Amino acid sequence: MKKLNRRSFLKGGLAGGAAIAAVGASKQAVAGTHNFGGYPDSMGVLVDLTKCVGCRTCEAACNKEQDLPEPDKAFDDPSVFEERREGGLPRRTTEKAYTVVQKYDVPGREHPLFRKVQCNHCNEPACLTSCFVNAYKKTPEGAVIYDKTVCVGCRTCMVACPFYIPAYSYSSAINPVVKKCIMCYDTRLKFGRPPACVEACPQEVMTFGKRKDLLKLAHQRISDKPDAYVDHVYGENEVGGTAWMYLSDVPFDKIGYDTHLGTQPIISYVKEFLGMVPMVLTIWPALFTGFHLLSNRKDALKNDDNKS
Amino acid sequence: MNSLKSQGFAPVVSDLKKDGSEWTVKEKIMLGLSPKEYWAVQLRNPFNWVLWAIYAIGLPILVGRFIFGLGWVTHSSYDYPWGLFLGWGLFTMVPLSASGFMMGTTVELFGRKDFKSIERLGLLNGLLGYTFAVMFLQVDLGQPWRLIYPMFVSLGPAAVLFLVAWHVATYLTCQVAELVPAFSEWMGFPKAKKFIKSIVLGLTIAGIILSTLHQGALGALFTYAPGKVHPLWYSSPFQWLHFFVSAVFAGLSMLIVVSTLTKWFMRWRCDENYLNNLSKLTLGLAKGASMALITYLVIKIIGIAHDNNWAYLLTGWGAWFMFEMVVGVILPLIFYTMAVRNSNASLARFAAILAVFGIALNRLNTALIAFNWQLYREIPHWRELVIVFTVYATYIVVYRAVLARMPILYTWKEKK
Repeated sequence: MKKLNRRSFLKGGLAGGAAIAAVGASKQAVAGTHNFGGYPDSMGVLVDLTKCVGCRTCEAACNKEQDLPEPDKAFDDPSVFEERREGGLPRRTTEKAYTVVQKYDVPGREHPLFRKVQCNHCNEPACLTSCFVNAYKKTPEGAVIYDKTVCVGCRTCMVACPFYIPAYSYSSAINPVVKKCIMCYDTRLKFGRPPACVEACPQEVMTFGKRKDLLKLAHQRISDKPDAYVDHVYGENEVGGTAWMYLSDVPFDKIGYDTHLGTQPIISYVKEFLGMVPMVLTIWPALFTGFHLLSNRKDALKNDDNKS
Repeated sequence: MNSLKSQGFAPVVSDLKKDGSEWTVKEKIMLGLSPKEYWAVQLRNPFNWVLWAIYAIGLPILVGRFIFGLGWVTHSSYDYPWGLFLGWGLFTMVPLSASGFMMGTTVELFGRKDFKSIERLGLLNGLLGYTFAVMFLQVDLGQPWRLIYPMFVSLGPAAVLFLVAWHVATYLTCQVAELVPAFSEWMGFPKAKKFIKSIVLGLTIAGIILSTLHQGALGALFTYAPGKVHPLWYSSPFQWLHFFVSAVFAGLSMLIVVSTLTKWFMRWRCDENYLNNLSKLTLGLAKGASMALITYLVIKIIGIAHDNNWAYLLTGWGAWFMFEMVVGVILPLIFYTMAVRNSNASLARFAAILAVFGIALNRLNTALIAFNWQLYREIPHWRELVIVFTVYATYIVVYRAVLARMPILYTWKEKK
């Protein structure tokens, strides 16, 4: 029997679209006792940051695969590593680049450390749970994809994403949409093939495979060479786990990773409100009608007296 | 118009002119003046000159936003997806418009008929505030023509914004219905008024439910960003309550501010009943607002204690937070209390201005200033600011136009 998980439950709930608030409530009830925890056979990518040399071949492969516009600077131009956006921050994903490589000069480390940034494809994505037109979908293969034909452009997903990944095509006046890595779902992942960036990497920084196997592999690498890695697989538990996971020889908080995200999916912070919604809907009418009767009791008594 | 009235001009207050004939709709729209007089009055008003200046600059830029896209009027920030359009237009305007459900509750539900003379102003403040919050939203949405998608095309019912969309839409309908009586008196459709009267209790209770939920939901939207909003402005379990309770005093304070403005600038349109009761009612509103303020203060402190955020109070962010709390919450609380004790309506009006400032600061802090507190501060593009002024100016124009005509500040004299 297919186990009833939150998402399939929600889909069932959608059919009864009239009971809007009740759906929110049911979701809460199911989620309260079960954690989704991800599709069992979903795929993922393990990124070994110690191997990356910053050649940006992955960026070029992504650009080609996703048919993105020509970049401002060529993919072999290392000056992009020195670019800083506001706040002195390194460059990030944009509407023109779904993946970017950042450079970190770590004191005491022989070479700079390079970090590849793209959508981490969360098990329970914040973008998906915050979307009011249900544009996002976590596929059983592990990718977080979206339907740009329904995107209204509220940009709540960008607010919700703890990794600052989704970008938006602000430059378009008639059809601006959210832009982000979809793990090459349409062209590759769907057919069991690894994403373009993974395949293009000359250093074999990235390993594509089932997420559960990758986790074993990651811990194996750490235990084989405990001096070469910090004992942390970033993405194993962060915000409920992500499909993309990282190994590093430098503590993650030193190379731009947020290590305070916690292990709960983002939706768990919203549940207290969502659970309260149907309660207000059912309790308030009786409560306030009661207040009304109470505050008008003198008039009511007067009327009774007049009748008798 | 005030000077016109002192010269003997009598504004429209019933279906009939002094000579017993009926006002036509056109005459009613012209405020009972001849077209020539009407336009002369408009040209004389220095406030209109300011509005024209805003429109001269703002309208082309507003049009440009829809031709060249959001990228032309904002900094196109991926880190700050929401700017002033939502920070001010949605998150600040909606709590300031909570007066609608507050006054409906006071008069219709609690039976406080003594607040009747200010009820319609409260309802109108609510309706227009929400309407223009939607206008701001439409400026901000990437594809505003898809606004109905969450309603009918592709539904995401488990998202907080889904609830906001539905509730704001239904509540707007509710508020339109609550103001039908004013419109029907002015237009001379007595039947519509009678119908609304028969369902007013249902409308009021629907208003309370919808307001509780969407005011709270605006807060809950930020619980999607636990690491991004500074901990002093963030509380996972209480965010919706912080937003809801602060909306209560925000709506009441805004009503005091607006009623004060009408007393000064639209005195010609106010009747004796409204003007004579205003000070007393201001103190009544002040009493309600002070209770909401003390509740809010305590639940904010509980929020800090619950997450053990005390240490943040000693940082720079803590000082900024304390500024917001002292100027926007504690001072209005003290002044409101003193005003009620000493029956000093002027002090209550001053407290109301502080409270409105405080709520704006709180919402802008949550949505923009203390958002991404670990990254950098986003300074809005000047065109973004110009559009905010333009849309807000339109809000004022519509507000003033309705007040000048429909029986909001005065009581309609029914046909005998």
